Amino acid sequence: MKNIFNKLKTGLAKTHRSLTNKIEDIFSSGASYQEIMDSLEESLITADVGVNVSMRMTNWLKENARTRDIEELKCFLRDSVRDILKRCQSPLDISKKPCIIMAVGVNGAGKTTTIGKLAARFKEEGKSVLLAAGDTFRAAAVEQLDVWGKRTNCNVIKYAHGGDPAAVAFDAVKAAVARDVDILILDTAGRLHTKTNLMEELKKIRRVIKREITEAPHEILLVLDASTGQNALNQAKMFNDAVGITGIVLTKLDGTAKGGIIVAIADELKIPIRYVGVGETVEDLQEFDAKEFADALI
Amino acid sequence: MFENISDRLGVIFKRLKGYGRLTEANIQEALRDVRMALLEADVNFKVVREFIDRIKTKAVGREVLESLTPGQQFIKVVNDELTSILGGLPADLRFGSKPPAVIMVVGLQGSGKTTTAAKLARYLKGKGRSPYLVPADVYRPAAILQLRRLADEIKMDVFADDVFKTPQEICREAMRVAGVMGHDTLIVDTAGRLHIDEALMCELKELKGILKPCEMLFVADAMTGQDAVNTAGGFDRELDITGIILTKLDGDARGGAALSMAAVTGKPIKFVGIGEKVDAIEPFYPDRMAGRILGMGDVLTLIEKAHEAVDVKKAKEMEEKLRKDSFTLEDFREQLHQIKKMGSIENILSMMPGFKELQKSHGVNPDPKDLIKIEAIINSMTKEERRKPDVLNGSRRKRIAKGSGTTVQDVNKLIKQYLQIKQMMKVFARSGSRAMFGRTLNAFRGFMPS
Ligand SMILES: Nc1nc2c(ncn2[C@@H]2O[C@H](COP(=O)(O)OP(=O)(O)OP(=O)(O)O)[C@@H](O)[C@H]2O)c(=O)[nH]1
Ligand SMILES: [Mg+2]
Repeated sequence: MKNIFNKLKTGLAKTHRSLTNKIEDIFSSGASYQEIMDSLEESLITADVGVNVSMRMTNWLKENARTRDIEELKCFLRDSVRDILKRCQSPLDISKKPCIIMAVGVNGAGKTTTIGKLAARFKEEGKSVLLAAGDTFRAAAVEQLDVWGKRTNCNVIKYAHGGDPAAVAFDAVKAAVARDVDILILDTAGRLHTKTNLMEELKKIRRVIKREITEAPHEILLVLDASTGQNALNQAKMFNDAVGITGIVLTKLDGTAKGGIIVAIADELKIPIRYVGVGETVEDLQEFDAKEFADALI
Repeated sequence: MFENISDRLGVIFKRLKGYGRLTEANIQEALRDVRMALLEADVNFKVVREFIDRIKTKAVGREVLESLTPGQQFIKVVNDELTSILGGLPADLRFGSKPPAVIMVVGLQGSGKTTTAAKLARYLKGKGRSPYLVPADVYRPAAILQLRRLADEIKMDVFADDVFKTPQEICREAMRVAGVMGHDTLIVDTAGRLHIDEALMCELKELKGILKPCEMLFVADAMTGQDAVNTAGGFDRELDITGIILTKLDGDARGGAALSMAAVTGKPIKFVGIGEKVDAIEPFYPDRMAGRILGMGDVLTLIEKAHEAVDVKKAKEMEEKLRKDSFTLEDFREQLHQIKKMGSIENILSMMPGFKELQKSHGVNPDPKDLIKIEAIINSMTKEERRKPDVLNGSRRKRIAKGSGTTVQDVNKLIKQYLQIKQMMKVFARSGSRAMFGRTLNAFRGFMPS
């Protein structure tokens, strides 16, 4: 697999460059220490890190960094972001058999596409993969996953539109065991974390799976869109409260959004971040790397 | 943190009593709070900076009106300015003079274009137009099928000829077919794309050349963060958009992206999406959005919704009854029907200021089942009982509980609530149906399990 992170970096380069120039302008024009700090804070906030975490970080810098050199200060910042993220850098373990993975998230975050990418990746590692179309609500969602099944050569467990997603999950787990597959990935309908009845539905799906295999689902992946602002923290909290998130995938990092809210999520919830999505093809999924992410962020 | 900025500012300005004017010094702290609130609501950093500068110039030196506290005066300045950037008045769709009118729906991946296209079609049909849906997303798996399914669901004509493979071919042919079929409006759904994807942005320009749309609507997710200025700005530069539609506003995002996009493009936000169903679309009201971004709740929407759903004649009758003190449980049931027409109880409650905090801190979850329960209880009563609840003694209550599959406690609670509402409504009868419904809703908060 090619180094997709380069792609991510070039994607980020545009905004990054303009920002760097700006900071350097300030510096060469003999900007005051306060102005430098302000510009660092600006760079964090515009990356969606959030105003509270950003202020905390720059305050920390003021107290701990002796230097007034902008490059050194940026290095400090990058390091502290990396440290926060590093604790959440832990790859997805797919050693259990069958390993049951469930993708959840708000509407349009990239769940189904991510499932396609994951299926391709696991197949490439020589695993047998079964997909399950648990989004029985959105129009043509089943057919969408079916296309990914065909692209990646995976069977898809599916019911007609409008069926009970928990029933799909139940059948899928049974099938995964009967067919002796390595990995089962279940798609779910997008839902806003504030809709109590839909969150209940998600809990029910999880319960049904657990009743069949106690330690399953082995992974409940929350798919987050990198262009989301502060609301992503609410999403993470409420999905986590409802079903217990075990991993995060951050999608759409090939755009100009930097996904900085993941820093606040990592800091507060300490949920492992598994992958980042950097495009729409099966190759556009990269294991999460705290250092590279921090470097691209600031 | 600053869920309720009006409270916060109230505290700040308490100390300012007695000052005759807003000065740079005395609004310093308040400005900082507004800045924080806007940043927390995801308004872009630069947009916030400019906004704060404008507020400062507008507020400083202003006499505090006699009728207002300094805090209210300041809030008013902030709110007016927010509202004016967001567009002042609701903006309508334009259809041009030469039919068919073409509406193009564009935006990033996953923003909600396809659903919005279907919603618009349904909305415009309701306005007497004859829309034709055109799926031009040939890239995302099953995207075309998705629009076709939605079109079937709402019984709307949709372009469904698989011979045409490229978006350009689809659009050309759809224009021709629409003419033949006599549709006056085309709604074209396009594939999601990044504003920095040159090839795909170029494709959109070509489609624009073919379709000559009178509306180029940028569909954006209300949860979008700082990047909104880049994406909306990018699409606007390439395509000269005519308006914005903000989706997924039924969640708890503060929606600061709305301000960022309005500020950077100068284009009006025309609609908001408030749910997954095809009828969940509303015109955009700048003043309400201003309140939401500042964290002041969506009181106006709530009032408006109540007003729309109320059958005016029935409301008059109800008022009459109140005056004569003859508001019965039967009337109460009728009111429930009307409340249900306003949409899900969850939606309604979420528009009330303070409710979200309540939900967070106390885990209050409004359950549509509660409404069903109330109805079931009333349905299990005899006519006499509904008209004269006074007769409801212990054994009758037991019977009702049994008949409705609830408990005696539920029945007691309902009756207590009915009496409270009756009392309240007497007081508010004079101020007409708006207040009446507002009160009824408030009383319902108590019925929610907590
Ligand atoms: N540029 C880019 N687009 C992506 C990425 N991941 C997903 N998408 C696109 O985002 C759109 C929505 O993706 P889906 O996979 O359908 O999202 P979903 O969460 O399953 O959506 P719902 O099931 O409708 O809630 C599609 O157009 C995808 O191609 C990514 O990493 N980068
Ligand atoms: Mg999906």
